[in-house]
Amino acid sequence: MSLPGLLAEGLFLSPLTEAAQDPADADIAALAERLQVTARRRLGRSLAIRHVDAGSCNGCELEIHALSNAFYDLERFGLRFVASPRHADVLMVTGPVTLNMREALERTWAATPGPKWVVSVGGCALDGGLFAGGYACAGGVGAVAPVDLHIPGCPPSPAAMLTGLLTLMQAAER
Amino acid sequence: MTAGLGIAGRREAHGGPWPALRVDERTWRGVSLRLAADDLSLLALWGDSGSVRMVVMGEAGDAAMLVLPCPDGRYPSVGAVHPPAIRLERALFDLHGLVAEGAVDTRPWLDHGRWAQRHPLGRASPSAGPAPYAFLAAEGESLHQIPVGPVHAGIIEPGHFRFTASGETVVRLEERLGYVHRGVEGLIAGAPIERAARLAARVSGDSTVAYAIAFARAVEAALGMEAPPRAAWLRALMAELERLANHLGDIGAICNDASFSLMHAHTGVLREGVLRAADRAFGHRLMMDVVVPGGVAVDASDASIRNLGDLATAIRTRVAMLTDVYDDTASLQDRTVSTGFAAPELVARFAAGGFVGRASGRDFDVRRAFAYPPYDRLAFEVPVRSDGDVNARVWIRLDEVNASLSLIEQILTGLPSGAVLTPLSDRSGEGSALVEGFRGDVLAWVRIAGGLVQHAHLRDPSWFQWPLLEACIEGSIVADFPLCNKSFNCSYAGVDL
Repeated sequence: MSLPGLLAEGLFLSPLTEAAQDPADADIAALAERLQVTARRRLGRSLAIRHVDAGSCNGCELEIHALSNAFYDLERFGLRFVASPRHADVLMVTGPVTLNMREALERTWAATPGPKWVVSVGGCALDGGLFAGGYACAGGVGAVAPVDLHIPGCPPSPAAMLTGLLTLMQAAER
Repeated sequence: MTAGLGIAGRREAHGGPWPALRVDERTWRGVSLRLAADDLSLLALWGDSGSVRMVVMGEAGDAAMLVLPCPDGRYPSVGAVHPPAIRLERALFDLHGLVAEGAVDTRPWLDHGRWAQRHPLGRASPSAGPAPYAFLAAEGESLHQIPVGPVHAGIIEPGHFRFTASGETVVRLEERLGYVHRGVEGLIAGAPIERAARLAARVSGDSTVAYAIAFARAVEAALGMEAPPRAAWLRALMAELERLANHLGDIGAICNDASFSLMHAHTGVLREGVLRAADRAFGHRLMMDVVVPGGVAVDASDASIRNLGDLATAIRTRVAMLTDVYDDTASLQDRTVSTGFAAPELVARFAAGGFVGRASGRDFDVRRAFAYPPYDRLAFEVPVRSDGDVNARVWIRLDEVNASLSLIEQILTGLPSGAVLTPLSDRSGEGSALVEGFRGDVLAWVRIAGGLVQHAHLRDPSWFQWPLLEACIEGSIVADFPLCNKSFNCSYAGVDL
């Protein structure tokens, strides 16, 4: 099948995109309180996300990439990845924070204008995970920047990441 | 004495696909010269407490591990005569403090001056702190530098690329890696086998199955045991699913870097199908921690086996269609053909494996050269092309997708019944293994005593591919770099450890 055939096929098949799991109201409320966000709407209905790999094994990155596939399609929620921290609302950080990446992460965080939130993704990002206690790692994103939300998993599934980001977006709206 | 390679040394107890030979400096130097003369290929070079080791290979299937004690903390540099060893020796020095005598490049590689101590795996001493990195100079008129990274624009691992450009043309590219160094080998040293296996599985997440198989087989070789047959076949099934998922993702991503996002959208769907089927069969989308020393931790049900068979059939049809799209889109071919040429002589000298090697004429695949079960019983093609450009690296992946689909079908048909896990003995020993991951050959070596891993070395195929990326971008335009880089898709975490 050639290109026109492939495009025509797309016109007739149903979309693959799946409904996301709605975050629980309790989770949103709890996160909103933690963020101490006022009722004033600050960001509309979107989040610009800058991803930083601070020493991940690349497993988390594979699943973050999956968020852009037809099934998860994060852009339909107003979530999008941006190339510069200066365009970002959220820093999405993976990895235990190697000492060799520490300064890069600090500078990226400093370059992100407020209001900003930090999401740590994966077991390593929480506290260093399996790499904690070694000579090469700082022991999690929290050792370098204040973390607003952690998405657990090794790696977290795209569905779990999507729910986490939606929770953040809805909490930030409040 | 090794009959195949003619290297003089005292054989030491060692399990795996090659013998271990304790050698003296004279023999070490002699082998280095044979590497320089392209008589032998370098598979690995690393440090242990007080010794250095290298694995060299002659004709496929014939290899040896040389062990050279370094009581004075020095050894003759292999990199001085054979460039593929340069970065390995720099990393070795950073970790162990063993000096490569005669080395031409003594800049730190993994050590960015951020650790509390230098030489953390050797005789540690206080770190002097970070110092400016001396990038190689380029001379000429109207040259400018473009520094990229470590944080990159996309969702990708961190590393630094220092371009020297004349207008849009790249005069020189130099990589500086090490940003993702987590100290894996230091964390493995002294760890129980099970914890060491989990660390090995996370050296390079997209190759977690290949690494787990390599580590498990090295442990099994050290302990003088084999995993049960059904486990070996399930391991191969997982390895082919991993290869399939990565190749599908890469093919789309390479096209995406040429702005042809349609392919990326469609291969993304196929890749997601593989991951969901893997999750259903083995309990984890990336199949992490399923392969363990002694066998596999999860046995696939008959239903999930049938599901995988259906998946393979569906993917084959879709891939045929997408292959036609790739082949018929002239504007895409215009970007990929003759871009990023990796010269066959360089590829051969660096013993670059995987699709990088096979796209530039190097006909080497561990599943055939150092066949391990069940591949010795399976029929498969190893595609080789000689064009060496981005286009060739896409075609090799397309061919390997079809080869993996065929292997998956053979495995599903021939899967034996029986146990999937054998308990590990508490013997001591040393062992090595070589496994064909999706990027190429993954090498693992372990020394075990009393249920603990005393020391392990894990060697990613990308060590011998990253330098070729520098060579292939020379003379191209800067805008072609993402395309070339993605066509190589080297691992940052794998080489940084």
